[in-house]
Amino acid sequence: MELLSGGDMLMRALQDEGVEHIFGYPGGSVLHIYDAIFRQDKIQHILMRHEQAATHAADGYTRSSGKVGVVLVTSGPGATNAITGIATAYTDSIPMIVLSGQVPAERVGEDAFQETDMIGISRPIVKHSFIVKRGDEIPEIIKKAFHIATTGRPGPVVIDIPKNTTAPTERFPYSYPETVSLRSYNPSVKGHPKQIKKAVELLLAAKRPVIYAGGGVILSDACDELVEMAELLGYPVTNTLMGLGSHPATNKQNLGMLGMHGTFEANTAMHHADLIFAVGARFDDRVTNTVSKFCPNATIVHVDIDPATISKIVEAHVPVVGDVKDVLTKMLVQVKAAETKPDQEALAEWWSQLNEWRERYGLQVAPRYKTDGEKLMPQEVVSMLYKVTEGDAYVASDVGQHQMFAAQYYLFDKPRRWLNSGGLGTMGYGFPAAIGAQFAHRDANVVCVTGEGSIQMCIQELSTCMQYNIPVKIICLNNSALGMVKQWQDMHYEGRYSGILYEDSLPDFVKLVEAYGHVGIKVTKREELEEKMRECFALKDRLVFMDIEVDPSEHVYPMQIAPGAMRDMWVSKTERT
Amino acid sequence: MRHIISVLVENEPGALSRIVGLFAQRNYNIMSLNVAPTEDETLSRITITTFGSDRVIEQITKHLNRLIDVVKVMDLADGAHIERELLLVKTRAVGAQRDEIKRVTDIFRGQIIDVTPSIFTIQLVGTSSKLDAFLEAIDPLLVMEVVRSGVSGIARGERHLSI
Repeated sequence: MELLSGGDMLMRALQDEGVEHIFGYPGGSVLHIYDAIFRQDKIQHILMRHEQAATHAADGYTRSSGKVGVVLVTSGPGATNAITGIATAYTDSIPMIVLSGQVPAERVGEDAFQETDMIGISRPIVKHSFIVKRGDEIPEIIKKAFHIATTGRPGPVVIDIPKNTTAPTERFPYSYPETVSLRSYNPSVKGHPKQIKKAVELLLAAKRPVIYAGGGVILSDACDELVEMAELLGYPVTNTLMGLGSHPATNKQNLGMLGMHGTFEANTAMHHADLIFAVGARFDDRVTNTVSKFCPNATIVHVDIDPATISKIVEAHVPVVGDVKDVLTKMLVQVKAAETKPDQEALAEWWSQLNEWRERYGLQVAPRYKTDGEKLMPQEVVSMLYKVTEGDAYVASDVGQHQMFAAQYYLFDKPRRWLNSGGLGTMGYGFPAAIGAQFAHRDANVVCVTGEGSIQMCIQELSTCMQYNIPVKIICLNNSALGMVKQWQDMHYEGRYSGILYEDSLPDFVKLVEAYGHVGIKVTKREELEEKMRECFALKDRLVFMDIEVDPSEHVYPMQIAPGAMRDMWVSKTERT
Repeated sequence: MRHIISVLVENEPGALSRIVGLFAQRNYNIMSLNVAPTEDETLSRITITTFGSDRVIEQITKHLNRLIDVVKVMDLADGAHIERELLLVKTRAVGAQRDEIKRVTDIFRGQIIDVTPSIFTIQLVGTSSKLDAFLEAIDPLLVMEVVRSGVSGIARGERHLSI
């Protein structure tokens, strides 16, 4: 058998796992590993400019492709810088492998240079973590880590690697385990037949049903099954922020996003529903509004792979623990075979009601913004982006108003096209995530919709894009303020703008990106938007930064009113339900 | 309601911190905690007494089960069970106090396990409420130190926690 050092075993194990890219940043504790990277040619290491960006890039790579992103950082500050990205992935159940260097085992606990307790610091934000004790454990740990990260409810796994375990001086026989067995980890993936049967019965008996589909549908690769189920039943579908793209936004059965900034029709439908079929969703507080007032008339059927998610916030009448794809596949068989069919009369009545709501305030028929003012509106920029990219781009976003506008006005018809930090709400996520997505899809249009606030949190990655020729398109909705905070200060603090203004300190973004060797385009007028955006996307091989001045006074609507029920919303600055 | 949750975990470094961390992170209560190896050297048994509504307890057991190192979880309060806790108390014991403390210790079926001319160390085993009652029965001014092991428990009859 071949003898390899711990460092070489690590690289070999990653190759055997099919890894093609590592997003990383070197340092003292990972020198042996970097030497092993140098001496192989199957895996490309991408030098990011900050460890946070490395984790977001791996995350964007994963979300857009389904392949597991791998991060390599050094000990101490390298590890702590990665924390935000790990937490972002954890909250959104994104599989990721984070390899963090550690000081040599004999130094651990001595407050050595660049030592930090990575296992301890990352504990609440990982699915699991490992410490390598001996170099020869590495293949098995890698195998287990990928298994844990990708099965059950996915999530990030940290592997802390003391420097001595990767030293070239010690060599071990290498073999990569074919299977993995963990007696303490057997996620239940198959739904219970009795529960599935009950769920089907309830589904078929519903008169005002809503299918509430979340990110779990995408993670489980069950979008086709969801679409088929919705079509078969003729029921409306609403998506969570994380679930956008799991059911095509342009499908007439799709009510759009629900929740705090969800559509009027989706939120109102939820409130009046007699059956909520929750699939791969977790009743997040950004969905439910006040829980005690949530969907008062609805029977709740909840399908999720994580038992701890079921009845955590909202009591499920029929819980089905299992992989969404498995459960939906089995339910489809039963729905097709069932003698009872959905009550067509009730359904027709329900749809006529839904359509009336949609006509009243639907984002596509009655957009929540006006285009007669002088200033460009952020929503029309997103709509233009949708038009110019023909709805087929990978869209990463940061966090804030622009994120909600992108979620509302870019109609995602396919899964894995929308990359955003839905759960943790991490500003700085979008740009590196877009870089990761571009590595997974070299020829696709990859866009980062951002704001002048968020983009500055990871703007150093402009340099990475120059090095690796990553032509992402940055659409910066520049409203000269931290817009979402401003909106809340407008609504709840009588317009006392605390800590959200830059006082003329914003950089000239066009010059800034030019300094990095990229193309910058400034847009201030409505008339020039389309032309300049087409110009931007015509530059296939260049990173283009569009700095677009938008109306600073705009708010995101609809917006749920708290405390309140799903249906309680502001639909504009002056109108409420 | 008070629950006694027994957890079998892999005898791995960090396993205990994951469990304790979970309670802290999710704002669950720990009234007592007891950790020790089992007859299988690859496993440890952790017993946690906690309180909360049925819904909270359900969440606790679900989240414990979610931890990769956790092999099995049992809520002893779900069925008939036996619980015991060990109490060690060091008290001042001089003159007439010596007889009084000895008498109370006998009533509670405890033992005096260390004696000096002025100090008794008492051992008592029982349910937590029995230990509480004992501590209430002796003069608190005499008590120098109280050590409690935390609750250990086992289900009655066929029900058992093993792999």
